[in-house]
Amino acid sequence: MINYLKLAALGVITLFAAIAANYARDLAYMVHAIIIMVVAGGLFLWTLRNTDEPVKKVAVETGYMDGVIRYGVIATAFWGVVGFLAGTFIAFQLAFPALNFEWAEGYANFGRLRPLHTSAVIFAFGGNALIATSFYIVQRTSAARLFGGNAAWFVFWGYNLFIVLAATGYLLGATQSKEYAEPEWYVDWWLTIVWVVYLVVFMGTIFKRKEKHIYVANWFFLSFIVTVAMLHIVNNLSVPVSIWGSKSVQVFSGVQDAMTQWWYGHNAVGFFLTAGFLGMMYYFIPKQAERPVYSYKLSIIHFWALIFIYIWAGPHHLHYTALPDWASTLGMVFSIVLWMPSWGGMINGLMTLSGAWDKLRTDPVIRMMVISVGFYGMSTFEGPMMSIRAVNSLSHYTDWTIGHVHSGALGWNGMITFGALYYLVPKLWNKERLYSLSLVSWHFWLATIGIILYAASMWVTGIMEGLMWREVDANGFLVNSFADTVAAKFPMYVARGLGGVMFLSGSIIMCYNLWMTVAKAPAKAEASAAVPAE
Amino acid sequence: MDMYTITRQFADSWMLLFLFGFFVSAILWVFRPGSSKEYRKPAESIFRNEDRPANDHEEART
Repeated sequence: MINYLKLAALGVITLFAAIAANYARDLAYMVHAIIIMVVAGGLFLWTLRNTDEPVKKVAVETGYMDGVIRYGVIATAFWGVVGFLAGTFIAFQLAFPALNFEWAEGYANFGRLRPLHTSAVIFAFGGNALIATSFYIVQRTSAARLFGGNAAWFVFWGYNLFIVLAATGYLLGATQSKEYAEPEWYVDWWLTIVWVVYLVVFMGTIFKRKEKHIYVANWFFLSFIVTVAMLHIVNNLSVPVSIWGSKSVQVFSGVQDAMTQWWYGHNAVGFFLTAGFLGMMYYFIPKQAERPVYSYKLSIIHFWALIFIYIWAGPHHLHYTALPDWASTLGMVFSIVLWMPSWGGMINGLMTLSGAWDKLRTDPVIRMMVISVGFYGMSTFEGPMMSIRAVNSLSHYTDWTIGHVHSGALGWNGMITFGALYYLVPKLWNKERLYSLSLVSWHFWLATIGIILYAASMWVTGIMEGLMWREVDANGFLVNSFADTVAAKFPMYVARGLGGVMFLSGSIIMCYNLWMTVAKAPAKAEASAAVPAE
Repeated sequence: MDMYTITRQFADSWMLLFLFGFFVSAILWVFRPGSSKEYRKPAESIFRNEDRPANDHEEART
């Protein structure tokens, strides 16, 4: 019976998408309508093939639901390489403008590829990693199978459809010009639906948990899911110009819009890239070190302090703008207070290894996790410092900001995700161990040196650029033109691009290693056979 | 009074007090007597139920 309803809904969606493709007012909308038509039509046929077939009696599934996590791991690795490749390419576009090819003008120039890169790494790589690891962790720490059956599959495929729509939209010029929230109205609506289902699956699993206490990693994941839902909805309040076109008009305007955008933007960093990934840290580091987290009390304080303070820090993106001084001072003060929970969390992660530091010598996976926490500490030191108004007057609009973002994103988010992937793949595919630990070491060093090249060159070029912009001669005239600073930055841009190449090659090595782990590594001996009857 | 002034006044007084009070109580709650002992169990929960969910008969609900 349910299949008939599904068929009706899918049929209506396919038909609507076909009509939309016909009436489309712009290319991006038309391509999206066709994508939706093909997906919905394909699902229609697939459902039809399975309708009124003799029902096979399937045993009720027990055990953990790991299939969707395996897909999530593959998607994470895939989008990671895509995102790093796009980033490396646009880094070289900045160094060598000839790479903005004439024939690809309007599709593959820097302005179109840059949001593709940021969304690919944050939402595709990071988002798939968060969904997969949160599903893995919430099941293990709740001792319960994922709630909602196939809803988890809907979350995975729906989220990846969102990514495809967003990415194609950027290349074809559909953007609402909000940083990290570029997708247009219908893509936003779709993500809202997917996200609510994600929340239901996650909450439902927590509700039916068999452990009394909700493990702290799940607190972080939950705050990430809830806050991102709130941020996403408020920042994307917009009115479509037409249902047949991608263009929409923002509800807020002027400084209110700017404040909403950076309230969103900074909390995307705080809750997507920090709280969610801290959930990963609080599970995978203790597991890999084989000892419980250093201080559970500190982890709870870390949680409350982080979510209470982070939410106020956004205005530091708007120093010296039309935003009232009190608001930007508030943002600055809260950013500085954030030092404490961030470093508390870093200490908690690092000290989990106390008594097991020797593992750093033998286990490159834990080395990866530890350096990721190190980068977490470094970028959460740098960030508050840059939020101070006086420092910001030098650093803002320069490449220093880009360097800061990347030491956090590549160092903290990237490395902890790599560590999690190295942890998960042998577990999920039931393998004894990884294919090669020395390849993990190669990845570790390539990525680390790549990040250092990146961050160091951006410090140099950012501070240089900031100083050149403000340099005045004895008569008070500016000494340098903007083009002078661009010319002076060339060597650092090349160094940054090389750092990107190293980081990218490390991730390709990882993909090879994970692939060979699944294909070649010895299978785990069946554990259950050895367990004595109780 | 207009909406901005009303909400602003509320935010500056009662809401501020509530959020700050909640935050401080949460921190104090963590340090309640006996908490160290109680937190040992959840901290070690990640080492249980690695391969399959707990059935209701088992001792997982501790």
